[in-house]
Amino acid sequence: MAAKSSRKSSSNATAGQESAKEIVKTLEHFDPPAPAKFGKDDEIRAYRDMLLIRRFEEKAGQLYGMGFIGGFCHLYIGQEAVVVGMQMAMKEGDQVITGYRDHGHMLATGMEARGVMAELTGRRSGYSKGKGGSMHMFSKEKKFFGGHGIVGAQVPIGTGLAFASQYNRTDAMSITYFGDGAANQGQVYESFNMASLWKLPVVYVIENNRYAMGTSVSRASAETDFSHRGLSFKIPGIQVDGMDVRAVKAAGDLAAKHCRSGEGPIILEMMTYRYRGHSMSDPAKYRSRDEVQKMRSESDPIEQVKKRLLGDHGMSEDDVKAIDKEVREIVADAADFAQNDPEPDPSELWTDVYADEIPQTAE
Amino acid sequence: MPTEILMPALSPTMEEGTLAKWVKQVGDDVAAGDIIAEIETDKATMEVEAVDEGRLGKILVEAGSEGVKVNTPIALLLGEGEDEGDLEKAGSGSGGGGTKAADDADQKSSGKGSDSDGGGSAKPSRDEAVSDMSARRVPGEGKVHPEPKDVEGELAQEIPEGTEMVSITVREALRDAMAEELRRDDAVFVMGEEVAEYQGAYKITQGLLDEFGPRRVVDTPITEHGFAGLGVGAAFGGLRPIVEFMTFNFAMQAIDQIINSAAKTLYMAGGQMGCPIVFRGPNGAAARVAAQHSQDYAAWYSHVPGLKVVQPYTAADYKGLLKSAIRDPNPVIFLENEILYGQTFEIPKLDDWTVPIGKARIHRPGTDVTIVSFGIGMTYAVKAAEELAKEGIEAEVVDLRTIRPMDLDTVIRSVKKTNRCVTVEEGFPQCSVGGHIASEIMVRAFDYLDAPVLKVAGKDVPMPYAANLEKLALPSVKEVIDAVKAVTYRD
Ligand SMILES: Cc1ncc(C[n+]2csc(CCOP(=O)(O)OP(=O)(O)O)c2C)c(N)n1
Ligand SMILES: [Mg+2]
Repeated sequence: MAAKSSRKSSSNATAGQESAKEIVKTLEHFDPPAPAKFGKDDEIRAYRDMLLIRRFEEKAGQLYGMGFIGGFCHLYIGQEAVVVGMQMAMKEGDQVITGYRDHGHMLATGMEARGVMAELTGRRSGYSKGKGGSMHMFSKEKKFFGGHGIVGAQVPIGTGLAFASQYNRTDAMSITYFGDGAANQGQVYESFNMASLWKLPVVYVIENNRYAMGTSVSRASAETDFSHRGLSFKIPGIQVDGMDVRAVKAAGDLAAKHCRSGEGPIILEMMTYRYRGHSMSDPAKYRSRDEVQKMRSESDPIEQVKKRLLGDHGMSEDDVKAIDKEVREIVADAADFAQNDPEPDPSELWTDVYADEIPQTAE
Repeated sequence: MPTEILMPALSPTMEEGTLAKWVKQVGDDVAAGDIIAEIETDKATMEVEAVDEGRLGKILVEAGSEGVKVNTPIALLLGEGEDEGDLEKAGSGSGGGGTKAADDADQKSSGKGSDSDGGGSAKPSRDEAVSDMSARRVPGEGKVHPEPKDVEGELAQEIPEGTEMVSITVREALRDAMAEELRRDDAVFVMGEEVAEYQGAYKITQGLLDEFGPRRVVDTPITEHGFAGLGVGAAFGGLRPIVEFMTFNFAMQAIDQIINSAAKTLYMAGGQMGCPIVFRGPNGAAARVAAQHSQDYAAWYSHVPGLKVVQPYTAADYKGLLKSAIRDPNPVIFLENEILYGQTFEIPKLDDWTVPIGKARIHRPGTDVTIVSFGIGMTYAVKAAEELAKEGIEAEVVDLRTIRPMDLDTVIRSVKKTNRCVTVEEGFPQCSVGGHIASEIMVRAFDYLDAPVLKVAGKDVPMPYAANLEKLALPSVKEVIDAVKAVTYRD
């Protein structure tokens, strides 16, 4: 999990001598920063927010097993430090967009557990009135732009959000999350080129959890160091220990500074891991049980913080348990709410197709 | 109170499974994420992970139990400070467990409501959706669908008399078709996401890597536009690619290569070189996967000259048409359906069973109305025809099988006999396959019509996620029956 400290220009970079040098120079500037220094309050916030995602996802898995949630349901368990660390580096007005493994991102932006869970159960108080489901949720208020089911599609869209911020002369940045598998889609590189050309304030956060469904990174990618993927577009990249929320926060801070000062896009490759199967019906035969257990026992993002809370920060087991209890209550309440909220009214089938009144061709 | 561990649903369509093995035993400590048991579903063996931590207090369903319904309590987990004495308090801690009767009893008493009579419980919408869905969307699921025997003409020509029939799922039919063609022609290869090592996201390519190796069965990165174009180039280079899209929703990433490169090259090259390629994969709505993953592309691709578009219903047609598609010198869009993959049909036992592209088939002869459909739409059509027969209306059901080139002769012949027509499809209503058929009937059989052609289609909205709305968005058997009654002026 250790992030690489030295960086060389990749040997197959096609840029000419001069610009290759320039790129190296830029990249050296972006060696991974030291993990952020967290005070007790930061640690508590990180612990609580990550734990909320963990417990929420466990509950979602349970509700899926009970038949309350249908279709596809992709859990974020194991990757919590990425969104929580990034959120800690963001400020009000920044935009977030991601793929279908999106529950954690929504909770991190402050979207209500009740509304997210009710969307998962397809009920009327869900964020999309029950019409979107697990993969398609949005919150205009929290600047969360989805929730996208098509692998890679969020990348140009996230770039467009940054375009709008630049156009409107705000200092907001777009945090555009995508996976190691998505990183092979062509539209990612079309986006990189435009973002760099126009110096758009977008942070491309590649969540490298080592697998795209059943395919490991090395079976799908010629260049497995995703922080290098911006090289030929002159986009600097950093490889970050995505299991350490402090490392994520520090990288997020650096990226924010870069973006907000008009330097253009930046790539943060988060080295992370998903504990569960790709979706609920993944038999996960492509990796060993030991590999998963090793990650869980040695690198768990929540346990890391918990250890520090109990150690350096002198909290008692009971103090920590109180946070656990609070989180469990939020999740239990959300689950309860989501099971009892009514389904959408049948008339909702016909609403929201157009923004204005257009007669439907329904018979 | 001890926590009940329930039999989980591990896929959108799972209703029951086999509890293959207990990995944890009574008395073992369990941490969240530990594997506690293995269960087998129709598609795979899956591991059940603990959600809560505690100690395994009691096993309610023994290893080896088959047909364990989703939501049946399978074990009890003791929490902090609980011991064996607390087991008695568990609501459904029935004695012993493990027998089927006990499971059923447990399931009722758990009140979580996956059972069919539903009661007034807390509305577990997925179970309702799925059980209804199999009843509604795939009438006769679990049965072997016999090949209709009383049909003359087209069908009779296809199957030589005295041919032995065997039962096979659509999934197996597709796999066999590809395996046979891979054996027959070294130029044929299969390419797509998760087709090789993972054995196919929907297990259609199961076993192909083992038999044919990585030269012929190729895993790709997630780069649809790239590998679709690469496939086109390989076809230009003399190969016969079968390109699997994990679902056709993702082929939209690649649609430029399919239309601008695959479909048009023969014409643009003045006939010198074309593009023999098959693009295949599941198409249309599955269950509860919402708007971006639920779309029927039959009408889209059928718009394009240069493409052939196939969307079969029965396993025999899936197999025979896929083999024909692989041998075809043109680009063929082969639209499958996830809901049909597990269905069993009779198929003729022949060494080289092929079905010609471009020929419809009379699935059920009738005199009063013609119902034209294809693919999963046939499930509504066939069921509606059965119901209508009980009321004395004999519908002739035409299975188009190929959308382009469309066998309108068979449709027109039937309409000239019945004087009425209803079309059925899951796709959107505007510029639909049914809309095209209606316009052709108007031109070619106007004087024969006793009623306007009616079309039953998916609703004119993106597919919603909520169970109740999804149900409303799809066509139904009732809509087909109502349409037939309208064109036959009955009520
Ligand atoms: C265009 C497209 N192709 C294929 C899929 C099916 N699919 C969904 S998720 C996925 C794997 C993506 O992996 P990655 O980008 O690494 O993200 P992760 O699931 O690991 O979070 C695939 C192939 C899809 N949804 N969209
Ligand atoms: Mg991944």
